[in-house]
Amino acid sequence: MELYRSHVLVCEGTGCHCSGSADVIQKLKEELEKHQLENEIKIVSTGCFGLCEIGPIVIVYPEGAFYSGVKSDDVPEIVSEHLLKGRIVKRLLYHDHVTEAGIAKSLDEVEFYKKQMRVTLRNCGVINPEKIEEYIAFDGYRALGKVLTEMTPVEVVEIMKASGLRGRGGAGFPTGRKWEFAHNAPGDKKYVCCNADEGDPGAFMDRSILEGDPHSVLEAMAIAGYAIGADQGYIYVRAEYPIAVKRLTIAVAQARNLGLLGKNIFSTGFNFDIELRLGAGAFVCGEETALMSSIEGSRGEPRPRPPFPALKGVFGKPTLLNNVETYANIPQIILKGPEWFASIGTEKSKGTKVFALGGKINNTGLVEIAMGTTLREIVYDIGGGIPGGKKFKAAQTGGPSGGCISAENLDMPIDYDSLTEIGSMMGSGGLIVMDEDNCMVDIARFFLEFTVDESCGKCPPCRIGTKRMLEILERITQGKGKEGDLENLETLAKNIKASALCGLGQTAPNPVLSTLRYFRDEYNAHVYDKKCPAGVCHALLQYTIVKDLCTGCTLCARECPVGAISGERKQPFTIDQDKCIKCGVCFEKCRFNAIEKK
Amino acid sequence: MKSLQELEEIRNKTRESVYLRKDRAGIRVVVGMATCGIAAGARPVLLAFLEEIKKRNIKNVTVTQTGCIGVCRLEPMVEVYLPNQEKVTYVNMTPDKVSKIVSDHIVNGQPVMKYTIGVDGR
Ligand SMILES: Cc1cc2nc3c(=O)[nH]c(=O)nc-3n(C[C@H](O)[C@H](O)[C@H](O)COP(=O)(O)O)c2cc1C
Ligand code: SF4
Ligand code: SF4
Ligand code: SF4
Ligand code: FES
Repeated sequence: MELYRSHVLVCEGTGCHCSGSADVIQKLKEELEKHQLENEIKIVSTGCFGLCEIGPIVIVYPEGAFYSGVKSDDVPEIVSEHLLKGRIVKRLLYHDHVTEAGIAKSLDEVEFYKKQMRVTLRNCGVINPEKIEEYIAFDGYRALGKVLTEMTPVEVVEIMKASGLRGRGGAGFPTGRKWEFAHNAPGDKKYVCCNADEGDPGAFMDRSILEGDPHSVLEAMAIAGYAIGADQGYIYVRAEYPIAVKRLTIAVAQARNLGLLGKNIFSTGFNFDIELRLGAGAFVCGEETALMSSIEGSRGEPRPRPPFPALKGVFGKPTLLNNVETYANIPQIILKGPEWFASIGTEKSKGTKVFALGGKINNTGLVEIAMGTTLREIVYDIGGGIPGGKKFKAAQTGGPSGGCISAENLDMPIDYDSLTEIGSMMGSGGLIVMDEDNCMVDIARFFLEFTVDESCGKCPPCRIGTKRMLEILERITQGKGKEGDLENLETLAKNIKASALCGLGQTAPNPVLSTLRYFRDEYNAHVYDKKCPAGVCHALLQYTIVKDLCTGCTLCARECPVGAISGERKQPFTIDQDKCIKCGVCFEKCRFNAIEKK
Repeated sequence: MKSLQELEEIRNKTRESVYLRKDRAGIRVVVGMATCGIAAGARPVLLAFLEEIKKRNIKNVTVTQTGCIGVCRLEPMVEVYLPNQEKVTYVNMTPDKVSKIVSDHIVNGQPVMKYTIGVDGR
């Protein structure tokens, strides 16, 4: 065994990779060698710590010093000061990581982590995901061993049912029941699949798990294989996740090498192997039936259900499909027991949920919270509030299939049922925060545009209906809304929800319905007053010059690209509204705040 | 993988090399490594501790360095923290004192008084 006095963990998740963590590692190697420290100090590449926005992240143990925004130029100082002399480089510490006395706090004290509960992310940023031994050191594959040597498949299914785990891919279907269906399905060939398509714009929970702790998913799939009687697994992962694909490939090879995948695992006669299938990144391919036909090599198009995949899935055989995050919970449920898991969360939603926090929020990143945490805690305690002290307006969960949570529901405990009740949904975990500068009509238009683009076109309600809805919304944001538009939107929405073939179409109207429900005034302002209260929809803005503030400096008139501004030097200027194209240049240039945008 | 035992072996072997990222309890050896300490020969002492701990395969010990401990003329200094015990400070350390500290103090819990300036003394 090699003993190092210090471990330097460098995040090599996608976020930090993009901000230059590979250079940091290279420089670290050079500097350690220069100071002859390479046998005392170990460099460990890890997955995401959750604070990608301020990456690259470097953590030095045993002190637990948390450095953010580390550039390769900072490395010599870290090595000569911290690693050689033991003096933490304070200027590089994450800002919330320094106490008032200037001393580094322990990581659990940092606000961003304090209210989190890391179950599925427990190994992310702790282990090197490319070393199976490190996963094993943190109890990896013990759950599989326990299941294979001590339990019957039915007992495993019962544990899953008792845990209360529900699917993290969006719909929240009870995982134990799904396993039971697949277990009971007749047939000697069955499949276990993992949905790692993650098409929700802005979401990267699954990617981070695959990058930071790929073995937890492999182990869980093998457990599922034992429980339902399958010997083959497929992971459907999008090709746009190159780091995740690489780590998964390494993980599968290492697991096979140690005999944790393959034949006769733990000498129990149980066989299980896993293959990757790369998806081209269409949103609809995340839908279960489309995903399965894509695995078979056909076009990723949904088909009607029933038959359900538990009876007829991949290659017409009984198939179990779960999401990445769902799987990542499972080894721990087996090891710590279903009672432990069921003790976390709310009555009907057990455990934790990972969210990708984005939009108007100070700490964008990946957070894992116990079910039942309030949105206020997520936004203000973990997320550090809204930049510029702006007011919270709403948060969108569930991405293009979900809806918004308005300020009145900030204190509602978040779980599957409470979100559905207020017209949103848990979704896969995208959480986008909006402030007073966001226009809700524009947000609805944005998500609908996404679904119209992603519709596979197989069924008319979705193909044509969502397009009609988008046209109406576009008209409204361009100031051409008319009487009856909002009612038409509602009728279309109802019909599409009732008649579309797959979940994409059935949920596409949700963002529109939910913004209509909570922000109808804002829609009315667009349609009837031709105003955008948030000042987002260009066509509805009007730029005017406030006479009392204008000094007649002529600057705006010279900058206006269409010559819409005129006036006499040292006299108040005016804007010709017929000529103005609303480019906003004058508003930005005026040094006297004399131009008003409304 | 043939058996649970085989898994357990890998786990135990690797656990020692990663535990320092998780539980922060356990024994801590802190070597004064500011400029004065390094000049006075602190690095060979630190390396000797690592070597000795590795040789004896002792678990739950972290070896770290710190800046100036304060009394430059007594450098190199080393502080040893055992759980639930007062810190012990060793002064004028040399690599050949290390093996005795490890065997008496770290393994058996008996500080080597003759190398100290008194328990928790400064
Ligand atoms: C349009 C559409 C896209 C979907 N995309 C995903 C996805 O990216 N990842 C995912 O896990 N589930 C996705 N789902 C949900 C899956 O169909 C399925 O319910 C889920 O993978 C089941 O796993 P779970 O029970 O563990 O949640 C999508 C559903 C629809 C209708
Ligand atoms: S609802 Fe939309 S995405 Fe789904 S099958 Fe119909 S056209 Fe395709
Ligand atoms: S830039 Fe401002 S102050 Fe100057 S003329 Fe235009 S509106 Fe008036
Ligand atoms: S908004 Fe643009 S086009 Fe309109 S007056 Fe100002 S500078 Fe001219
Ligand atoms: S990728 Fe490094 S913190 Fe997320």
